Amino acid sequence: MNRKVFEFQSKPGILSSCAVGGRLEKEGPLGSYFDITETDTTFGMESWEKAETKMVEICSTLALEKAKAAADEIDLVFAGDLMNQCTASSFAFRQTQIPYIGLYGACSTFALSLGLAAMSLETGFAKRTMAVASSHFCSAERQYRFPIEYGNQRTPTSQNTVTGVGAVILGEQQGERIAVTEFLPGRIHDYKIKDVNNMGAAMAPAALYTLKRYFSFSDKKPEDFDLIVTGDLGMEGKNILIELGASHGLILGENYNDCGVMIYDLENQDVHAGGSGCGCSASVFSGYLMDQLRCGNLNDILLVGTGALLSPTTALQKESIPGIAHLVRIQRVK
Amino acid sequence: MTNQSYEKYSKKKAKKSPLLKNICFAFLVGGLICTLGQAILNCYLALGIDKERAASLLSITLIFLACLFTGFGLFDRLAKHAGAGTLVPITGFANAMCSPSIDNKAEGYVLGVGAKMFVIAGPVIVYGTLTSILLGIVIYVLSLFGIDIIHLIV
Repeated sequence: MNRKVFEFQSKPGILSSCAVGGRLEKEGPLGSYFDITETDTTFGMESWEKAETKMVEICSTLALEKAKAAADEIDLVFAGDLMNQCTASSFAFRQTQIPYIGLYGACSTFALSLGLAAMSLETGFAKRTMAVASSHFCSAERQYRFPIEYGNQRTPTSQNTVTGVGAVILGEQQGERIAVTEFLPGRIHDYKIKDVNNMGAAMAPAALYTLKRYFSFSDKKPEDFDLIVTGDLGMEGKNILIELGASHGLILGENYNDCGVMIYDLENQDVHAGGSGCGCSASVFSGYLMDQLRCGNLNDILLVGTGALLSPTTALQKESIPGIAHLVRIQRVK
Repeated sequence: MTNQSYEKYSKKKAKKSPLLKNICFAFLVGGLICTLGQAILNCYLALGIDKERAASLLSITLIFLACLFTGFGLFDRLAKHAGAGTLVPITGFANAMCSPSIDNKAEGYVLGVGAKMFVIAGPVIVYGTLTSILLGIVIYVLSLFGIDIIHLIV
């Protein structure tokens, strides 16, 4: 058995959070929880890649402002995105003086960066850290699928890459606070799913096994949490996880949801099985979930960031899609 | 849970494409595009242009319209309902050339637009040409045995 869940004794607090989204995200049910939404998804830039970089800049700058922190007070930033060589993140932070670590965890990146940001505070090496993840529908579409204007028909199991960024700033904090208290990095699970239009099915087993591992270490039960939320399984993966969970002794009830299902109105927005991408769980957490944690509607949640670790090349070479799921516990502590 | 059983389970679980609806839309839109094509052809013929030139002009007009609609961001909106209805006529080929050209403009006119223009339509050109060569050989070989397949079909 691997080492148990990483428990943070210092219980690093979330000092501020910021979510930026595009037009579809604004029109979705969580639209009002974003700090900034832009109907023009180019963000005034001449390429989609620059647009995503701009989004990350806007979001991280506002997160700093909200924490009343200057860039040079941040000891470390963990950031990641879906673009080749992780450039949306690295280009966004090239103007700042913040020591930077680029991450790739596919769509699980936000949970991964949040967990690592909390870990580096726990070790005492850093006093303030930032966790960021982003995705842009158009930059992802270009890289993974077809040109934006190409007329193709998508399958009902496919998901819509979220145009969004989430950024949080963590730091040492005393008194009552929203804190990251536990982190369980995921293992890679590959159940030989090859359909790139059904990522939910590829990632669901990873989410199942991460949750099962967590509950095998913890004295908590799923119903003890206000919310268990997966990153971007979408409707397809969410239903699979509920059914698989039930057959594996993990009963997920009303308190289970998925960011990919929450971020859009699946009935009325043309998004098929829901949202996906790094920006999905990042912006839902930094916007809506942080709001609910702050106002006390939620006090103890598990965020399970899910990622499909494929590339366009491996998909063309008929490789299956490995899935991963990282778990982070966020709770109100005194 | 084995790989096979999970793959089978997830396939069974996957929401299916609405096949009948897709086919109906493809038939309707595809039919409408062809009707539009016939109307344009009739116009050119009415202008006194000979049949061969009118057919070429028709293709050019449809390609132009498809590219224009692609540029305005309307083609993909129609295509997601129409599917094969927009894909199969020459409009689909025009969109397949035009959309990557727009998409890759940021990478420059040579290695962006010029190179990536063929990213979707390239295989159609390659295998289309290859098939016509193979067919040519078949026709030639048959003609050696005195079978004139072209006149048999036409």
